[in-house]
Amino acid sequence: MIVADKKPIEEIIDYVKDHQNILVLGCNECVTVCEVGGKKEVGLLASALRMHFLQQGREVNVGERTLERQCDHEYLEEIRDIIDRYEAVVSIACGVGVQFTAEKYLSLPVYPGVNTLFMGANEARGVWSERCQGCGQCLLAYSGGICPVSRCAKRILNGPCGGSSGGKCEISKEVPCGWQLIIDRLKALGRMDDYEKIAPIKNWSTDRAGGPRKVVREDLKL
Amino acid sequence: MKPKTPSKLEKILTSGQLAVTSECGPPRGSDPGGIIRKAEMIKNHVDAINITDNQTSMTRLCSLAACIRLKLMGLEPVLQMVTRDRNRIAIQSDILGAASFDIHNILCLSGDHQSFGDCAIGQNVYDLDSMQLIQTVRHMRDEGKFLGGDPIERPPRMFVGAAENPFADPYEIRVPRLAKKIAAGVEFIQTQCIYNLDKFEDWLGKARDRGLTEQAYILAGVTPMKSIGMARYMKNRVPGMDVPDEIIKRLSGTPKEKQAEEGIKICVETIQRLKEAKGLAGFHVMAIEWEEMVPEIVEKSGLYPRPQGE
Amino acid sequence: MRLGYPSSIRIIRVPCTGKVDALHILRSFEKGADGVYLVGCREGDCHFNQGNFRAKARVEQMQKLLEAIGIGGQRLQMYNLSSSDGPMFARFAEEMHQRILDAGPSPIRTGLKKIRETRKDQDRSIQAAL
Repeated sequence: MIVADKKPIEEIIDYVKDHQNILVLGCNECVTVCEVGGKKEVGLLASALRMHFLQQGREVNVGERTLERQCDHEYLEEIRDIIDRYEAVVSIACGVGVQFTAEKYLSLPVYPGVNTLFMGANEARGVWSERCQGCGQCLLAYSGGICPVSRCAKRILNGPCGGSSGGKCEISKEVPCGWQLIIDRLKALGRMDDYEKIAPIKNWSTDRAGGPRKVVREDLKL
Repeated sequence: MKPKTPSKLEKILTSGQLAVTSECGPPRGSDPGGIIRKAEMIKNHVDAINITDNQTSMTRLCSLAACIRLKLMGLEPVLQMVTRDRNRIAIQSDILGAASFDIHNILCLSGDHQSFGDCAIGQNVYDLDSMQLIQTVRHMRDEGKFLGGDPIERPPRMFVGAAENPFADPYEIRVPRLAKKIAAGVEFIQTQCIYNLDKFEDWLGKARDRGLTEQAYILAGVTPMKSIGMARYMKNRVPGMDVPDEIIKRLSGTPKEKQAEEGIKICVETIQRLKEAKGLAGFHVMAIEWEEMVPEIVEKSGLYPRPQGE
Repeated sequence: MRLGYPSSIRIIRVPCTGKVDALHILRSFEKGADGVYLVGCREGDCHFNQGNFRAKARVEQMQKLLEAIGIGGQRLQMYNLSSSDGPMFARFAEEMHQRILDAGPSPIRTGLKKIRETRKDQDRSIQAAL
């Protein structure tokens, strides 16, 4: 899922400080799962904003709404009837949701309320870590199911580098060496011969480098 | 084996003699004086001089420019190139730039992560890794073509090297990794500096058993310890560095004024012992910011004078 | 035990401090509370295992938020005691009461007052104009 983290409230206050009617818009999917943009967080942010302005002597109207998703037209349509009550939206969905909402409701500013980070998994309560960078040419079959692009700090395809130490990456003891993980997995799978196969130079054109990407499925278009 | 390039380093190695290389770090500014001075200090005691490439991600005068400077002084440079900072276009371009000055040695590296250096919040590239860089140089040299497929006018004629660290984790793949680099086309290897001789000899022995020492020239890296402080720092703070307790004990037992001298002694003893190692083709003396000691180390190890000319 | 504690304190009983949502805390302040505190079992003694730890984590988060928005993190506290410790309970109540007295009324209340007065002035000037 897409993992996001909290934005400092001071930043959000700075975005909306001149508005009188603000809608805090949440999303029921990824950001709910990583407890940063769901219905509860909408309530917390809205209450905090109201209180901040109240103690300045201003009564600001902060509305609250959580959509199933902000990345589909159908769900964003659900607020069409109430959107005119507001001058600004703080969307606490991921960066996709913020933008899609802004594209749909062109007449008012849509501010991001969280910092979107990566595609990752929930390792433990309160801990999410990156697993995929969307390179568009998945090579997990050759690396024992562990991705050298997202789990190696240098995205080395023929690793490990000389800085791998005690199973940790040279950049931090908190970061496991992706290649140590791959080697351990290849060993467990009895596929250490795969290790000596040289991974060819990667085609990055389907990655960010190739430009903004699009998937068009002719078989699904109406 | 006949040399495939005009590289002086390759010539010495193919003749069966032990080669000696060293390295210089370029300055953090545009004054070439430091490079010239350091190179002058060591030029008669080494066969080739590596120029590091923004080492530990600290922005410095680029390796290519410093190598050109050495070439113009009549010396033999080894261009160190990391893939952290350049995409494949810049890589091929810099290789051609080096080749246009008849620089014939390249050391292919991935490079330390930028978080170690002075631009920790910058981007990194890693379009290729060190293995793929080795393949690229060989492709440009032997096929005479760019990665894109077009022919190169006057292909580079470079002797291709890489680094290996026998002390990094996991140990069990360090020899397979060497095999992989050789399969990718590497012709010489410079290792990380050696303090744990037993472990190094074990690694070398395993490489020998696989026939790898016949396929590439392995140069043992050595670095003299300046002080017990440096020894402790390298033991505890540098990833992939193996400094045995005996070295720490030996240096801490030496009075402060004598520690540098003891460090040189340890370095010379290392070289003397490894001269006997089967399959070893030479030494890479890294005395960063202590280049003035290189001549002494080379002489005391019985590696002076260096073979001259053809 | 019939020990006294300040009348400024409204008690809301919950089965476990872990049941207290961060939103309950914020809404209390929003509605004008000058201070909020949680009293839970001693750490390690939670009847429901981890409830008081969850409460502690939420309290710490909300303290930071209250500080950031200008209300003051010290207005929110968490205390732990054994359920039979009446004197401790009374002590905490006194302590919290004193802490809030020192902190003064919540800036929400002063803010609301300001809003009411601004409205009164606006009404007066409208009346005067008519």
